[in-house]
Amino acid sequence: MSTFDQIVSMVEDTCSHAAPTVDKSASPHALIIAKEDVVVVCRILQENPLLYFDMLSSVTGIDNGPESGTMEIAYNLYSIPFDVHLMIKIALPRDNPQIDSVSGIWKTANWHEREIFDLYGIHFVNHPDLRRILLPADWEGHPLRKDYSHQEYYRDIKVKY
Amino acid sequence: MPTDGVQYKSRPGNLTSSAPNKFNPDKLRSEEMIINLGPQHPSTHGVLRLEVLLDGEIVKEVVPHIGYLHRCFEKHAENLPYNQVIPFVDRLDYVASMNCEHAYALGVERMLGIQDQIPKRVEFIRVLVAELNRIASHFIAIGTYGMDIGAFTPFFWVMRDREHILRLLEWASGARLLYNYIWIGGLFYDLPVGFEERCREFVKYIRPKLQELETILIESKIFIERTANVGVLPLDLAINCGVTGPMLRGSGLNFDLRKVDGYSIYPELEFEIPIGEGKMGAVGDCWDRTYVRYLEIHQSLRIVEQCIDQLTGEHKRTRDFDPQELVPKKIRPAAQDLYVRAEIPKGELGFFFRADGKSDIPFRCKCRSCSFVNLSVLPEISKGILVADLIAIIGSIDVVMGEVDR
Repeated sequence: MSTFDQIVSMVEDTCSHAAPTVDKSASPHALIIAKEDVVVVCRILQENPLLYFDMLSSVTGIDNGPESGTMEIAYNLYSIPFDVHLMIKIALPRDNPQIDSVSGIWKTANWHEREIFDLYGIHFVNHPDLRRILLPADWEGHPLRKDYSHQEYYRDIKVKY
Repeated sequence: MPTDGVQYKSRPGNLTSSAPNKFNPDKLRSEEMIINLGPQHPSTHGVLRLEVLLDGEIVKEVVPHIGYLHRCFEKHAENLPYNQVIPFVDRLDYVASMNCEHAYALGVERMLGIQDQIPKRVEFIRVLVAELNRIASHFIAIGTYGMDIGAFTPFFWVMRDREHILRLLEWASGARLLYNYIWIGGLFYDLPVGFEERCREFVKYIRPKLQELETILIESKIFIERTANVGVLPLDLAINCGVTGPMLRGSGLNFDLRKVDGYSIYPELEFEIPIGEGKMGAVGDCWDRTYVRYLEIHQSLRIVEQCIDQLTGEHKRTRDFDPQELVPKKIRPAAQDLYVRAEIPKGELGFFFRADGKSDIPFRCKCRSCSFVNLSVLPEISKGILVADLIAIIGSIDVVMGEVDR
């Protein structure tokens, strides 16, 4: 059982690219790390017997809009034996967003990352099977981006009804 | 209204599949073949399409193709005020709308910080209707599952009994399936007069019927032969895949968010969490999952009884009770990120909210749907089985495509 501050101190050393920051207004409290560190930090969080975040509840993509120029990914972790929640937030540049896949750690991430790829166009490196999941394979664009505008015709069918 | 010209022109490119197969038929070995199951197939419970790689009758690989019922929930939610999202939330898991609404209302109330001010009577009514809806949802799960593997009669029996629940909920909310009854901060309306008595009659009526259901389906030799030791989901795989709900409990873990998180009024109610024990085969097989659902119906009935006791006793209706008293006129949470989760019949329904503090519209509202995650375990547990067992496994996952595709 560890409190949020203990968790932060335990993963601090593994973050080699940027020191982690925290967001305590988020619920559960969020740890903000650099995108290069995602796999090492997640592996520590899952494998360390004192942390043991064995369940990845959700992976969320967020687009902050063209003005801010960033996208975000939020991972919601949960530790079943310790009943502890944790959120991890990672900012990505809006043009050509890329991040390493965590589907090797939690299999849940596989479909969640495919969904984010589908709706936001964030590319997950080392993902085993990165295809569109909800939309047709030949759909154009990524609808949950804030500046998305749909195509006029899809296979000669007018999209705007 | 006449259409203006031809709306659809047939071109050769239009005949290609919009969700291409993962496996290339030209590259298969000579004994392998691809069978396409769904999306219009009665045993796939909606518009689920499975691409099955077969070697004779043995399944080598299953690739689910989803998205046929995608209705852009998250995009809609980013364009509507918080309270107007609720009808869309109904349409996620359309056989358990009350539970979905409950989860969503819980999240927005936490963002506003009013979750502790909700009147007790409102909370009891919420739990009452949610548990009634949970029973209805499990009826569908068990009934259609029996039909999938050849038992036709129990389906009609549970649909007949589910009808009583739907009529009760229609009486309370005005709709049979998509209720829009649980609002942020309260309820659409108080329970109609006489509802509690009818509920009591229903509980009294349903208990012997459940016994019948157990005899004709759950304990039937044919049913056991078809489901025991089929689709065994080991616990470590289940957790790693994020599986929740009766599927996780069927694998033997005592994990129910109603107990673990203790949200709403659940800590004050007495009920048990049934788990799979491998009574007929291995722990975590299809029979265990179905039996967990069956036992959960009994527990939900216990909760319903306790809620009625409270609603006719300590928190009985008064003339001045207004269920909309705390419903905020303007819902504008402070800027924050929040993840909320609640137990719906299929598992953990989660919502991730980002509020920017400046508008009544969520900046981001992600739905973490349990059917979506539960379905992703299907390729893992259906390698090396027979085609007939694949049908048994799909049914035991209990997917509702409205929630998978959102």
